[in-house]
Parts: sequence; C-alpha cells; structure tokens
Amino acid sequence: MTTGIGNPVKRKEDRRFTTGRGRYTDDVRNDNQAYAAFVRSPHAHARVKSIDTKAALAMEGVIDVLNGKQLTGDGIGNLICGWAISSKDGSPMNMGAWSALATEKVRYVGDAVAVVIAETQALARIAAEAVEVDYETLPVAASLTAAMAKGAPQIHDNAPGNLIYDWGLGDEAAADAGLKAAKHVTTLDLTNNRLSPNPMEPRSAVASYDAAEEHYTLYTTSQNPHVARLVLSAFYNVAPEHKLRVIAPDVGGGFGSKIYIYPEEITCLWASMKTNRSVKWTSDRSEAFLTDMHGRDHVTTAQMGFDENGKITGFKVDTIANLGAYMSLFSSSVPTYLYAPLMSGQYDIQNIYCNVRAVYTNTVPVDAYRGAGRPEAAYLVERMMETAARELNMDPAELRRRNFVQSFPHQTPVLMAYDAGDFPKLLDMAQKSADVAGFPARKAEAAKRGKLRGLGYSTFIEACGLAPSKAAGSLGAGVGLWESAEVRVNPVGSIEVLTGSHSHGQGHETTFAQIVAERFDIPVENVSIVHGDTDKVQFGMGTYGSRSAPVGMSAVVKAMDKVEAKVKKIAAHALEASEDDLVIEGGAVKVKGTDKQMLWHEVGLAAYTAHNLPDGMEPGLKETAFFDPVNFSFPSGAFICEVEVDPDTGVTEIVQFVAADDFGTIINPMIVEGQVHGGVAQGIGQAMMEQVVYDDNGQLLTGSYMDYTMPRAADLPFYKVSHQVTPSPNNPLGVKGCGEAGAIGAPPAVINAITDAIGNNHLNMPATAHAVWQAIRAGKSAMAAE
Amino acid sequence: MTKVSMNVNGKKVSRDVPDETLLSDFLREKLRLTGTHVGCDTSQCGACVVHVNGKAVKSCTTLAVSLEGAEVTTIEGLANGKELHPMQVAFNDNHGLQCGFCTPGMIMTSVDMVARYKAEGRKLTSDLIRQELEGNICRCTGYHNIVKSIEDASAKM
Repeated sequence: MTTGIGNPVKRKEDRRFTTGRGRYTDDVRNDNQAYAAFVRSPHAHARVKSIDTKAALAMEGVIDVLNGKQLTGDGIGNLICGWAISSKDGSPMNMGAWSALATEKVRYVGDAVAVVIAETQALARIAAEAVEVDYETLPVAASLTAAMAKGAPQIHDNAPGNLIYDWGLGDEAAADAGLKAAKHVTTLDLTNNRLSPNPMEPRSAVASYDAAEEHYTLYTTSQNPHVARLVLSAFYNVAPEHKLRVIAPDVGGGFGSKIYIYPEEITCLWASMKTNRSVKWTSDRSEAFLTDMHGRDHVTTAQMGFDENGKITGFKVDTIANLGAYMSLFSSSVPTYLYAPLMSGQYDIQNIYCNVRAVYTNTVPVDAYRGAGRPEAAYLVERMMETAARELNMDPAELRRRNFVQSFPHQTPVLMAYDAGDFPKLLDMAQKSADVAGFPARKAEAAKRGKLRGLGYSTFIEACGLAPSKAAGSLGAGVGLWESAEVRVNPVGSIEVLTGSHSHGQGHETTFAQIVAERFDIPVENVSIVHGDTDKVQFGMGTYGSRSAPVGMSAVVKAMDKVEAKVKKIAAHALEASEDDLVIEGGAVKVKGTDKQMLWHEVGLAAYTAHNLPDGMEPGLKETAFFDPVNFSFPSGAFICEVEVDPDTGVTEIVQFVAADDFGTIINPMIVEGQVHGGVAQGIGQAMMEQVVYDDNGQLLTGSYMDYTMPRAADLPFYKVSHQVTPSPNNPLGVKGCGEAGAIGAPPAVINAITDAIGNNHLNMPATAHAVWQAIRAGKSAMAAE
Repeated sequence: MTKVSMNVNGKKVSRDVPDETLLSDFLREKLRLTGTHVGCDTSQCGACVVHVNGKAVKSCTTLAVSLEGAEVTTIEGLANGKELHPMQVAFNDNHGLQCGFCTPGMIMTSVDMVARYKAEGRKLTSDLIRQELEGNICRCTGYHNIVKSIEDASAKM
C-alpha cells in the first residue's frame, strides 16, 4: 500500500490552502458583524483611577464601550492557571487575580482596560483612542533583576517579593554529594532568551450570541477548542458548556501561543451578549507582540561534576523563570514539570537536583512556546556537556558516549522512565551524515580564507504526549491528558474520523487518514478527518506538546479496534464463517483460504440496513474511544551544527545542519521532515536572531517585524535530516511525536558550534553578529590578560 | 468615498470605498476574496502579496483607490479553472506549506520571481531564491521545502 503508514503521501489539505480557499477565523463574517478594539494600558504598572468613555460613545457607529467593572459585575470569572505547583515548604503557588479587563490595576503594557464595539474595525480602533483613562503610574519591575531586588514594586499583593513559587525536584543532598565527590566540576551561568512565538496568523475571535437559545458560538484561533470551551464555561462563567460552541477552523500556526484562553475571547463572547451583535476582534502584529504569551526567559546557574573517567557524578541546577505579569493557563508547569524532569538528558545521571523560582514581572505573561521547558533543559544540559568536554580536554562526542543511557526502560532520578532509544547509534548516524571525520580539513581550509569554523553537538531527549492523566493530576494538572476519537464507517464504506487533536499546520488530515487507510486497506481519499468543532467532536484535549501522534492517533487506533471487531462479527454472520478466519484486505473482508468475501462497503451497508445482523447486535458502524497513555514518549535526537564565523565582523553562517532523530514509528516521512525543518529553523532563530526586549519602564522595544528578527529564507540553510526508529512501547503505533524536536535540539548545537569556532565559551543567545564579535574580542583580551 | 474600478481575477469590479482603504481590505472585505492574508502591519511578512498589472505587490501597503483600471490577480485567480498553476502544484509536491497562512503570498511572490528571471534570461539558483524571499516570512517550514518548491516549479514554468 502506498498511502499507508510510512509513505510520503502528499497532503490532502493543500489544495484549499494553495488556492486561497482556507477558512481562517478572520475570514468568518456574520450578518450582524460588529468589531472590537481594546483600550490598552500604555503603562507597565499603574492604578486605573477612572475611565471616561463619553467621547468614544458619542462617535457615530460606536455601539458600546465596556469596562472591567461591568465584566466582573456580570459574573465573568478571573483567568486561571490550570496547573497547581507547590513550593518546597508546601505552600501553594501565589496566583494573582487576572481579570479579562483590568479593574483596579494594570500590570503590563498592553493590559486591556476597556473594549469598544463599533460598526467597522477602523472605527472601533479610532474610538478606542478616544477613551480617556486616568492612570496613576507605579514603579515598574520589568526584569527578573528588578522584580527580585530588595524593595521591588509589588505586582500582586499575594506574592511577596514577586515570588510565585520556590520549587525543587530531585535529591539536593545527593547532588551535593555527587559534586563533592567529583574530580572536576563545570559551572555554567546561562540565560534562555525571551521569545515571541509568532505564528503567521494573528489571533482572532468571532463571537455570536443567540438570545432565543441563550447560546454562544465562538470562532477562534485555538489549538484546543474543547479546552477553550471547558475553561470558558467552568472557570470564566461565560456560558454552560452545552450553551457554548467553540470552532477552531483553519488555524495559521500556533507553536503553543494558541493553547491558552486569552482575555480577548472572553471579552468578545461577553460583549456579543451585551450588544446582541456578533463581535469580531483580530489582532494586528503589533498587538500580537504586546499580548500573545511569550516563551522561555530563564536565568540559570548550574554545576555538573565528573569523575576521572568523565562519568557524571552529580548535577545541580538553580533556575529563575520569568512568568510575566499574570499566570497564564499552563505557565506554572513549563519551568517545573516540563523542565526539571528532562535534566538527565540522554545520560545516566544518578544525582540530580533542580531548583526553580518563578517570578512576576511587569511584562506580558510567559507560557509554553514550541518545546516548552524542554528546550530550556536541553540548552542547559547540552551546553554543559560541551563546556565540560572543553574543560576536560575531551572530544565532546566521546564525553557524551561515556554517559549515554544504554538500556531501556531507564528510570532517571527526576521522575522519567525512558521508553526506548539507541543513543550511541543515533550519534553515529549524525556523525556520519555530518562527515565529522572531515571537519579538521574543512576547518583548515576555512582558516585559509580567514574564517573561523566550528562544530557543535546536541544529543538531547524530550518528553512528548504528557501522561498519564492520573500521574499528571497528582503533580497538579487541572485537566486530563488523554485524547478521544470517533471512527464512523458510512453506509457506502467511506470513513470519517472525528478527533480531539487539532491541526494547525501539522497535516493531520493526511496522516490520520493514512493510519485508517493502512488498517482497513482502503484508499486514503475515502477517509476524511474532522476536527476543531465542539459540536462535531465529542471531546478533546487538542494539540500541543507533540501529542497528536502518540495520544491522538492512539485514540483513533483504539476506536478502529472496536470497528474491526464489529466488522468481523457482521461479516462472519453474513459469510457463515468464523471471525478468526477473517482478514481485512484489498477493500474486502475475506475468509482466509477461500474465495468468500464481503466488500468493505457491503459491510458498511449491512450495518446500516440491519437486515442481516447477528442476533442482538445494534445497527450502525461507528465507535468511540478515549486513550490515556501509560507514560510519556521519549523522542531523542543527535544534532550537529557547523558554522563559519567572520572574525572581523562576527557574521556567522550555518554551513551545515544535521538532524538525526528517533521519533519511533514514522507515519509520513515527508511531513515529519517538514516538522524537523520548521523546528530547527525556530531553534536557529532563538540561537542567533530572536529576542524580546523590554526597557526598564516595561515598554516593549521589539514590537514589530522591524525590531524583532524573524528568520528569513536567506538566514537559514538546507537541513540534512535522517531517522532511526526505535518504536515506543507505550502506544499501539510505536510513535513518539516530532513537532518540537527541532526547536529543542537546535539552540545548543548552534551555540556549541559558534563557541567552538571563536574559542570563547561566554556567549549568550541570541548570538547576533554583534554579540559574536564582542565575544571574539572579549576572548582575545582574556587571553592577553593571562 | 471614492469610486474605484479594476479588473480582479479577470472580472471587472467597481466599489465606493473610503480613500484610506487598503487593497488587502478591499479584496478581503469588499470582494470577500479572503485568500489574501494580512500577517503584519509593517509590510514585512508578505502574506498579502498579489499581482498588480503583472507585478508582485504587497496589498497591505497599496491604496485601493490608486488602482483605477488596474489588472489585479489574487491567489484565487491563479489557477486556470480546475487546473492548478505549476507553482501551486509544486508547493503540494514538495510539502512547501504547513499552516497555509503565508502560502498565498509565498506563491504569488514565487510566480512573479520565476517569471521575472525567465523574462530577463537569468538563472534562478537556490541562493537567489532565498534572497528573493526577503519580503516573505514563513514560521512553519524553515523555508527548506519552499525553496525546493520554487526550484521545482521554475523548471516547469
């Protein structure tokens, strides 16, 4: 079969996108459409003394101007963080109140205080400018340093010192002892730069209220519409779930930033009821920089100890994470359970301790961005390995090999039980692909041209398909982490799969169809995938954390198991054969070793005509399933980056990027490689270009594509991608997930390569030409001083 | 309000619009041609690229009223009926898109790029393609397969 598992089937969804027929949220326009524009704080920290809406309300075409007191007065609840983290002393995290429209105080530039509803978008924006807000400005803490300083401005009353939690994972005494026993200890101080996720489609919401039915419909740019409905209903009291339909149609990229339920969706829903109009809000890019959740933003100090053979004896990490002005939906879990459990990397480390303090600042909230915690962990562990190898005067690949986990399952001291892998072989594959043996010659040749050539490794682990629900619940998760699916075989034999996973670029309409085509041996064209609508799909947790394959597809497999069982019962009855003698192949259910068969569509028809079913069998042929994984899956990768640096300018070119990955079973290699390309590009962006900058007053200095460097085609190389397959034993297909690997593995490989080239390990991301040039000069003066 | 008439995808259209109306808004809101996307507000991302009189322009920074009598082609008008343009086929063949949001602008830019090089008799290399894509941002693909798509279509156009 050429459309089943493992084939590079071309994407079924492409035709609508390449012809301009995709349907994104901003493309939706209802008959009674009105438009929202938000009045946003220009101050990072201020008291709201009064809001004067008279001038705006007087403008022709302005329907209403609504504020936070009205919103809370109508019982709309505060935004919540859905993962409870406790500090080491047992105290709960200090979650500050966050209203969709601020009432007493604003806490970051862009915090919304009111909303204008008008007949056109342009008019709404003009009227928003006419709303007069009287602010009393307060001292600002726009950075971790400012927020943690003695006497720092208090951002939330219930978070003394702006501390949200002080949390730890692992055994501190054991890590200390491991470091004490070490022959050599490597110490690193790192920052993980703050990023803006930047999906190309800006966020948008179109909310409508049907007064007759007291029912709401929300079109929204969401990665997980059911979670949006659950939270909007259960916590924000917008409407009960059965009175709220959430549709996430075509969504133009997410990368984590569209997981959360933002103030704008809540406000649009509420405003649609207040004004009895359909209310649309679409962000522009400047507004996106101000209000989309940011990612990363860690400061870390760490020590790793090694014995005389280069074996790791202990690892101790102290991280401070900036969570911004409010706790976003999953913000608390990112620097804790998505970070610290990854500290063992691909290595057998017995003694690990990781301490994390999360801190409020007067900046936009920080939450999951592609990789979410795992890139921060991989960056730390992999820069640590490379730095240690340099200090120990060892080949960095050899130091890694001496510490690789060799057998599976492998239990780390930080919660994780690795499922499957072969780390030495994966590194072999990457080294061969990168022609590491030929590197010294390439370096010498580059030197002749006056260029500094460097090579850097990253052999990283990640954890995908966050699971299982029971364990996550015991660690503070507020939701289950399963996925659901429904497989409907129609009377004509075509199949619809309804999945709780959501595709916003991942190609589910193709890959999910492939696993169905494989199972029932029917053409992939006869399978359609339905997702993104709470009225159609029974439930779902959506797409994030590379979970769609390991969890979402597994639910489809489970539903297909049930379909197959019923198909065989129907066919066995009709063909007067034993179910055990039946096989499904070639578009039919066949009795092995005979010419007796029932065509696939005949089974479908039989199920619905119900003229000849086994006694007691219900008519119809559709089954549902919920799949809750027994464990995470653990994709692994070996990346090798090679760079050339111009020592006079610091300009750095990536001359080769090799990505060898182990994603377990691969459904569609073309799509998997595309995911790796995109992830690596974002990782290179983090390493060399991207950085959100606030000034000391909390003003965002990187508020557009003129100031925030997005990687462009000429900044990036072609990527050399290869795969090794060690199937995960934790799900029926053996898949591990591939969406985040590139963004997790690439940054340390790039920085390790640049620091190798310039001979100075002190280099933070983003390694812009200026930063590299400074590091070269600093390295030279350090050498001169010695 | 000014009345403006132009040919869009081969059809004559005429609308009264406020003078400040951008071509992107004119296409999306007045004509409901929503294939043209707006991804930024600084003319950087290129999701809004259409062809005006045969040349690629960013519709988010073009005033509709300045285009009296112009020939405008959007992504919706690129295919010949059911037969896709070679660039559209190439983006599918080479997995040159993921979320699809930047795709209309990418394809319109790429068609213009290939046509220009052919008209000038210049060879379009992968390095040149990367430079030519300076005004188009994609966040999903890392550009690898977009460059491959354009190389592929270039050989077939």
